[in-house]
Amino acid sequence: MIADVAPIVSLREVRRDYALGAERVHALQGISLDVERSDYVAIVGPSGCGKSTLLNLIGVIDQPTSGAVTIAGKRVDAMSDREATSFRLHNIGFVFQRFYLMPILSALENVALPMAEARVPADERKSRAAELLAYVGLSSRERHRPSELSGGEQQRVAIARALANHPTLLLADEPTGELDARTGAEIISLFQRLNSDGTTIVVVTHDEDLANAARHKVHMRDGRIADA
Amino acid sequence: MLAVLGVAVAAAMLLDMVMLSTGMRESFRSLLLSQGFDIRLAPKGTLPFDTDATIPGVSAITSVLRTNPDIREISPVLGGSIHIPVGALDLSASVLGIDPAVQGDYEFLSGRDVTTPDAIVANDYLVQKLGARFGDTLDVAAGYDPQTRTYSGQRKLVLTGKVRFIYGATEQPAAAVRRETLEALGGGARRDRASLFMVRVRKGANPDSVRNWIATEIPNVSAISVATAIAQVDQRLSYFRQLAFILGAVSLFVGFLLVTTLVTVSVNERAGEIAVMRAIGVSRAHVVQQIVVEGLATTFIGAVLGLGLGLLTARYLNSILSAFPGLPMAIDFFLFQPRAAWSALGLLIVSGIAAGIYPAWRAASLPIAESLRREAIA
Repeated sequence: MIADVAPIVSLREVRRDYALGAERVHALQGISLDVERSDYVAIVGPSGCGKSTLLNLIGVIDQPTSGAVTIAGKRVDAMSDREATSFRLHNIGFVFQRFYLMPILSALENVALPMAEARVPADERKSRAAELLAYVGLSSRERHRPSELSGGEQQRVAIARALANHPTLLLADEPTGELDARTGAEIISLFQRLNSDGTTIVVVTHDEDLANAARHKVHMRDGRIADA
Repeated sequence: MLAVLGVAVAAAMLLDMVMLSTGMRESFRSLLLSQGFDIRLAPKGTLPFDTDATIPGVSAITSVLRTNPDIREISPVLGGSIHIPVGALDLSASVLGIDPAVQGDYEFLSGRDVTTPDAIVANDYLVQKLGARFGDTLDVAAGYDPQTRTYSGQRKLVLTGKVRFIYGATEQPAAAVRRETLEALGGGARRDRASLFMVRVRKGANPDSVRNWIATEIPNVSAISVATAIAQVDQRLSYFRQLAFILGAVSLFVGFLLVTTLVTVSVNERAGEIAVMRAIGVSRAHVVQQIVVEGLATTFIGAVLGLGLGLLTARYLNSILSAFPGLPMAIDFFLFQPRAAWSALGLLIVSGIAAGIYPAWRAASLPIAESLRREAIA
């Protein structure tokens, strides 16, 4: 367990280099950042500035070349694949630009998927998935498959899926990138509601409306934080 | 769907090859055992009816055989050919001289068996060729000598019944008379001779022990038990089995490659989806499990369809091959045995699991962040 006063995300002098052919790309160049519990942070900046790389490190789906990443009081920068998978399952919720729902599963089954992985009993999975779909306003679409849902509805299912295992942190990478303005506004509103209900959110976006809805903005440029 | 059909074709071929590799052997074995005779005695160094050679001293051999308490029945059979004039034509047919009480060469269909010396029974093909009915008298001759253009014997026989010869080909005119009738038709040269003895052993006795005893006691004959006959057939069919094995292995490998390729393509297409699954906490083991199950499901559905397709093609191919001249009509090239189907299904399932391993390993090894970045760029 962690003390409530500690930041939920803490990065210290984090660097991430890639090999791109013979070239070495310095995607992140000494990032230090804290995100407090129940905060709502938008990471903004031009394409290629390292926003998604930073989000991947916070989401424990990538590891830094150097530096320390602490999430919910736990060092995650050198975890084994097994540890990282389990950590993500229980602590992190992901929302992606392209939704990535399982096409053969219904909305309810998609939301229940992370709970099945966490071995939540079937009855509990079903009732929690139904609750989450109701929370995102899709009670009437439980049995529908992704192909039968609009883009906005699919993204709301993806958000419900991200919340399935009561994550400590919700991460979103361009969640409104594939949506029209009206549907994007619905997702922005949903994120604000989630945050006001206590969910810590870190979002990477080019969408000014989404960024403006966050409590804090982190501007990035050339792999560094320009200001926070 | 096309993938499943591809696997189905490979599975059908595999089943056919498994059926072919064992079909003739098992079919021949059933044929040999069908009448309950365990041992055949043929002229030394030959197989039954392989040549025109005969065994002399039928009475003496029968007497020797009767001294063994493990021998229950003895059926000497004399083979030959007969000629029956039909209009201006001379119709030739193969003929067996048998004892109707113990014979194991034909199944009786209708009419009356050869209960009297002047009776003759024939198969359906010969009866049709003759255009004869039961009760008709036939002029039957045997032992034609082309130099003198004479027969060794001629006799009027009455067609009494219709039979089906177990070891005969479909379109082969054949008849049976009592052995003494055929001996008489063959003249002195065929008296007290047999082309074959069929021996039935007592229940519980070991046919191979009896066969060894006969080989010692009657050295001028080849004693062939069902096991030795099968071994000889195995030897003669080894090319068939090798061919079936090679073609079966090729079809299994083709099925394996097909499933591996298709599942690998599917994994590549769904790299983003798999990366997201991993990102939301789905373990590598579950990703591997899912991909292997996918390969297995494709293989299983294809295999089930393929088994049906295989049975249909085997039936068709069997009808072609069984019509080969001179083959007993009871011989099947493709014999369906549940064991063969299970073997084919088992091999396919193992191959389906193996086929999923490489794409599963690829899926489980996908770098999550890198795959998501590629997807975003795409």
